Amino acid sequence: MKFLYLALTLATGGLLIFGALDMPAWGDPNSPANSHVSPRYIEQSFHETEVPNMVTAVLADYRSFDTLGETTVVFTAAICCLLLLRRFRKESGS
Amino acid sequence: MIHEQESIVIKTVARLLVPFIQLFALYVIMHGHSSPGGGFQGGVILAASFILLSIAYGLDEVKRRFSIKALTVLTSAGVFLYAGTGVLCLLLGENFLDYGVLPVVEPRGMGMLAIEIGVGITVMAAMVSIFHDLLDFE
Repeated sequence: MKFLYLALTLATGGLLIFGALDMPAWGDPNSPANSHVSPRYIEQSFHETEVPNMVTAVLADYRSFDTLGETTVVFTAAICCLLLLRRFRKESGS
Repeated sequence: MIHEQESIVIKTVARLLVPFIQLFALYVIMHGHSSPGGGFQGGVILAASFILLSIAYGLDEVKRRFSIKALTVLTSAGVFLYAGTGVLCLLLGENFLDYGVLPVVEPRGMGMLAIEIGVGITVMAAMVSIFHDLLDFE
C-alpha cells in the first residue's frame, strides 16, 4: 500500500513538473502576462483608479475579489484556532 | 502562558515603543493606496505591538485592556466592512466592489481605503487572537 501512495505521489509530481515545463521563461518579455496585462496596468491604472500606487490598484481594485478571499482565509484561520484551542467554560476546581 | 517580565529594561522599552509602532501601523494602513503599504502589512504591524505588550507585561494584563471577546468581534467586523463596501456598491447600482459609484470625492481611492481598513482590522484581530489562543492552551 505504501508503494501505491509513493507511486501516486511521484506520478502527480511528475505531471505537475511536466506541465510547468511548458510555461514561459521567467521574465520573458513576450509572455502573455507581460505583453497584455502589465502594459494595461502600467499605462491605464492611474486614469482608471485615480490612485498613484499601482500595486494597491491591482490588489484592491482590479482584483479585489481575490483580496476578499485572502481576508476570508485569515478570518477562517482565526476562527479555526478559536474553535480548536479556546476554552469556553471555566472548569470547576482547576 | 506568558507571565510578566522581571526586567525593567524590557518593560520600559516596550512601553515606550508601542505607541510609535501603533502610529506607524495606522500610517501604513491609511497611506496604503498612495504609497507602499496596505491592510495586510499595517494589520500585522499593529498586531506586533499588542504581541510585544503581551510578551513584556503578560497575557492577562493585555487581556484586561483589550478583551478577547472584542478581538473576536473585530475579526469578523473587518471582513464585514470589506464585503459591506462591496454590497454598498451593489446597492448603488454598480457591480460588486466597483467603487466608482460611492458618493464621496475620489470614490475609487476611498473605496480602496475602506477595504484596506477592513483588511487591517481583520488581520490585526486574527493575529492577536491566534497568539492568545495558542498561548492560553495548556
